[in-house]
Amino acid sequence: MESPKERRIGSDAGPLVRPYALTGGRTRPQGKRLDLVTILVATGAVSDEWARMSRDQRRLLELCRTPHTVADLTSQLDLPLGVVQVLLADLYRQGLLEEHAETPLTARPDPRLLQRVLDDLRSL
Amino acid sequence: MTFAASDAASGAPAGSFAAARLPFAGQNGVHVALKILIAGGFGVGKTTLVGAISEVRPLRTEEQLTDVGTGVDDLDGVERKTTTTVAMDFGRITFPDGITLYLFGTPGQERFWFMWRDMVFGAIGAVVLADTRRLASSFSSIDFFEEHNTPFIVAVNCFDGAKRHTTRQIRTALDLDPRVPIVLCDARRRDSAKHVLTTLVQHALDTDTR
Repeated sequence: MESPKERRIGSDAGPLVRPYALTGGRTRPQGKRLDLVTILVATGAVSDEWARMSRDQRRLLELCRTPHTVADLTSQLDLPLGVVQVLLADLYRQGLLEEHAETPLTARPDPRLLQRVLDDLRSL
Repeated sequence: MTFAASDAASGAPAGSFAAARLPFAGQNGVHVALKILIAGGFGVGKTTLVGAISEVRPLRTEEQLTDVGTGVDDLDGVERKTTTTVAMDFGRITFPDGITLYLFGTPGQERFWFMWRDMVFGAIGAVVLADTRRLASSFSSIDFFEEHNTPFIVAVNCFDGAKRHTTRQIRTALDLDPRVPIVLCDARRRDSAKHVLTTLVQHALDTDTR
């Protein structure tokens, strides 16, 4: 679907479309839990859904040609986090996105990683 | 829109669809991402702290209608719509070794806990940013991180004119576990912000190995 040239008529006006209209009214992502720092990357799989994808989903796929976190993607699209999580979960379920395997999120980061961050911060 | 004044709202192209460049992601993308939470009441200096040490971007989250929309106290008169957008401060530090550190600042009040619950998983830990004039506004953040066994420190923002207290007085006032570090900081200063973060990461390491 072609969207209007400008999604907002002014920064005070707010979105012309209710945010969850972009997700077909769904407010909960289905399937994979996507953290703010979950890193996603496009699998390169070809989808026959492409034509039916929203502009936002296509843009997410484009951005994910390089690994991006959910937080970065949300900030770039300038949409609420909840909306982006739903869109991303859809792409994930379709096999178009995968988690970047280097950093599976655990309840607490590995101490060796913490030590690296500490050294990094000190050398700032 | 209700999100707090931010660089991105004015600086970056509005509706970033037009921007084909990826100003934020670095050329090779993100490979190892870690997060630190910055909690604190309104006006305590979260944005300043995050901005002192990293590039700040706004991150919009949509408050859930049913959870939060009703019976909420007045919030500076800005959040009166049926759906409200909450801005989280969001900062990034990209290190040369491939680690990207994310800082997320959100309001500490209990009614924002639905956001915290999602965010706390996997976090290095949290900085509770406090203001000695309104110490009580830190209580709920401290409760939250204690309950979730999240390593945290208290950073007291001593900006000009704020009444100074010793860390001992503050520890007593907050009824804080003696093992939880308290640092006095100036959230505007990079070296001070760096000290806050290193203290937290060291504390998280100590907690793990204790």
